[in-house]
Amino acid sequence: MDELEKYVEDKATQYIVVNLGIEHYGIDINYIDNIVRVPAIRRVPNVQSYFKGVINLRGEVIPVMSLRVKFDMPETEYTGNTRIIIVKVDPQAAIGIIVDEVEQVMDIYNSQIEKVTGEKKEESNGYITSVGKTDRGLVSILNLATVIGEKEQA
Amino acid sequence: MDVSQYLGIFLDEAREHIQVLSDQMMILEQEPENQDAINEIFRAAHSLKGMAGTMGYKRLQHLTHDMEDCFSDVRAGSMKVTSELMDILFQALDAIEGYVNNIQETTDEGEEENENIINEINRIRNAATGKEEAPAPEKAEAPAAGGASESKDTAAPSDKALYRSMKLDDSAKDVMKDASLTEKHVYGFTVYIEETCLLKAARAFLVIKALEDMGDIVATDPSTQDIEDEKFEFSFSLYTICDEEFDKAREAMLSVSEIADVVGEEFNETTISEIGAATEKKEEAEPEPAEVKEEPAAPEPKPETAPAVKKETAPAAKQAANTKPQAKKPVISKTIRVDIEKLDSLMNLVSELIIAKNTIVSAADSGDSSSQTLNEQVEYLESVTTNLHEAVMKVRMVPIESAVNKFPRMVRDLEKKLDKKMQLTITGEETELDRTVVDEIGDPLQHLIRNSADHGLEHPDERVASGKPETGTIFLNAFQDGNSVVIEVGDDGKGINVEAVRAKIVERGLASEDTAAQFTDKEVIDYLFDPGFSMAKTVTEISGRGVGLDVVKSNIESLGGDVSVKTKLGEGSTWIIRLPLTLAIIQALMVIIGDEKYAISLDSITTIENIPSSDVKLVQGKEVIQLRGTVIPIIRLSELLGFDHTEPSDDMIVVIAKKGDSLAGLVVDELIGQQEIVIKSLGKYINNDRIISGATILGDGEVALIIDANALI
Repeated sequence: MDELEKYVEDKATQYIVVNLGIEHYGIDINYIDNIVRVPAIRRVPNVQSYFKGVINLRGEVIPVMSLRVKFDMPETEYTGNTRIIIVKVDPQAAIGIIVDEVEQVMDIYNSQIEKVTGEKKEESNGYITSVGKTDRGLVSILNLATVIGEKEQA
Repeated sequence: MDVSQYLGIFLDEAREHIQVLSDQMMILEQEPENQDAINEIFRAAHSLKGMAGTMGYKRLQHLTHDMEDCFSDVRAGSMKVTSELMDILFQALDAIEGYVNNIQETTDEGEEENENIINEINRIRNAATGKEEAPAPEKAEAPAAGGASESKDTAAPSDKALYRSMKLDDSAKDVMKDASLTEKHVYGFTVYIEETCLLKAARAFLVIKALEDMGDIVATDPSTQDIEDEKFEFSFSLYTICDEEFDKAREAMLSVSEIADVVGEEFNETTISEIGAATEKKEEAEPEPAEVKEEPAAPEPKPETAPAVKKETAPAAKQAANTKPQAKKPVISKTIRVDIEKLDSLMNLVSELIIAKNTIVSAADSGDSSSQTLNEQVEYLESVTTNLHEAVMKVRMVPIESAVNKFPRMVRDLEKKLDKKMQLTITGEETELDRTVVDEIGDPLQHLIRNSADHGLEHPDERVASGKPETGTIFLNAFQDGNSVVIEVGDDGKGINVEAVRAKIVERGLASEDTAAQFTDKEVIDYLFDPGFSMAKTVTEISGRGVGLDVVKSNIESLGGDVSVKTKLGEGSTWIIRLPLTLAIIQALMVIIGDEKYAISLDSITTIENIPSSDVKLVQGKEVIQLRGTVIPIIRLSELLGFDHTEPSDDMIVVIAKKGDSLAGLVVDELIGQQEIVIKSLGKYINNDRIISGATILGDGEVALIIDANALI
């Protein structure tokens, strides 16, 4: 009985694990529309600093943001590994997130995930809901709604 | 009977009828003797009632029925059109609209009985006609008794009762005879459909369906197959074995819309055997049946003796049959209803096509210009896509009529509420705009009209004192002007008191007295569009809460338009709304600023000038230029868009942009040329300062941003 309950509860969710420097972040694969290399990014003046501009993705204009800037990390040059994750939290509005590197797709079980609480939560501005403990190390799971949604002045 | 499939048609038709009622009732109020208006009203009310009955909306049917009774009295001359009467009838119309709205949202008419309205209608009717209750049947009976001599029980007018001449085989007769001996009833009917009816078979089908709910159809003439195939004139006959009373059966048939009349009678065992005999006799005596068949085409000598029927409907239906051809003659255009989403996707495809075309154009430009045919084909492609775009755009265009036709009624109500005399004149309601714009423009216009009525127009005594006609005029003029549509809403009232507004600005602490004194009139008036700024001394039901003009402005700007106002103290004000014809694809001027490409909508550009840098003067710390006698402030876009200050070259390229009456010079670094561009949104996540209104994709796949010149001026 206990076995069964544990089995039922312990569902796995697939995450795309991306890297910023040495840190690993997980993005729920259900929100991901596409992963692309960095095309020409058109700057948009007078917007939030983390918005790097807009790109043309097969005829659609999509705003892209830098996760590094959003997380107050120093910016780096784009390399051959730099990718833009196109996510659609709201089906009508796609947005691109620039990350240093896409590492892998990973199943993370509920039992591996620990909620972030208290001080730690405030520190992360609510961007990180929980941390997954995997055999590859800790993966911070992004709360996409707050990462892309927050409207902060430029 | 399942009527849900007709719900859409019902709603559309009901709205049309309500609009007709509203329009004609307005006319009737002005001209109480106008017979055409009464007849129109009658026709609309009657159809509405019938439709409501068919769909099973009893409350709606009941209320419409009472309205119809009222108009019946008015038409018969036994009741005068009074303002009291019209007030209650308009209330009833609102209630009807309420039912229809409920039906649209929930497919149910709701629980509201509107008893007070019904009671009020009846009270006025009784008072006017001097009758205690239910006066209609008596009245209608009078001409019936005079018109024909046959007694009530047996009498269907013989020349209309075509069912009598139907040939029935013996087996059918036997079935009917058997049935007549039980508690069931046997009826013969001839159903007349209005001659203007376009879907005779469908209406006939509904009639038969209604009867089948109550019993069995024994025989029809022509056969059911022929009826379904519309192989009949405007009438058909049938025999039915029915569980219900005669009146109920007949009413069920009459409640199908576009049924002009139903005549019929009940048969018993003996009369059933006579059915065939009567026919033969008749055929021997005179060839009348043949003639009768054609008669519906000219139903003038229609005797008013339907046996034991709902009296009001018969004359009404006849009236409808007579007036309808006149009212309807120009309307038969070939139209289909198309889901707006399908049009949206068509529009998106056209957008894609234009982007693809732009790619080819730029490829052809950069390649060898020796290829003559390629260039020709590219030009051809360009003209085809432009035409295609225009055609698709036109499909989406509808007249603004649907947005403005509720206003006459509204002004009438305001007149009563505000105790002022006013009239509304509307011109250009046929002007066409994109469907989405028409859907959105109603509220802002309504607000401006209310504003004019409440704040603009003076009370009659005030008007007379200042030498104006007692009745104030509110006008709404719509017209196309180049690539945009202009809607002017205004009044001949007192106009905006600029000094009062200026005082209010100071009073509200929005600007110091000194600064306010330096504002131009226009700057002062612009404060009226600020959120929370209201000039009304007292808050009324109509306006004055300070919520309004700012909403008007933001609504209109969200449609890509702008609003301005012209006013003269004592003479009135005019609000001018300018809307783009299309929302998705525009002609734009491509420019280079810094090292980036930008697009500026061609609509807002008046001229492009080369100005020597030395011509730039400073006025109150702002850079201006003088152009043909006009002082124009200039805006250096490169600074605004976050570029470092560029070396001032000798000549500046200045794009002169216009918004309403104001001009501004936009300094750009380089011109590329004119291009058709597809507007793409930047999405909801990016906050920009509204200078950038969107983006577009150029032929080479590069993204260019669109500068909203309106936001700069």
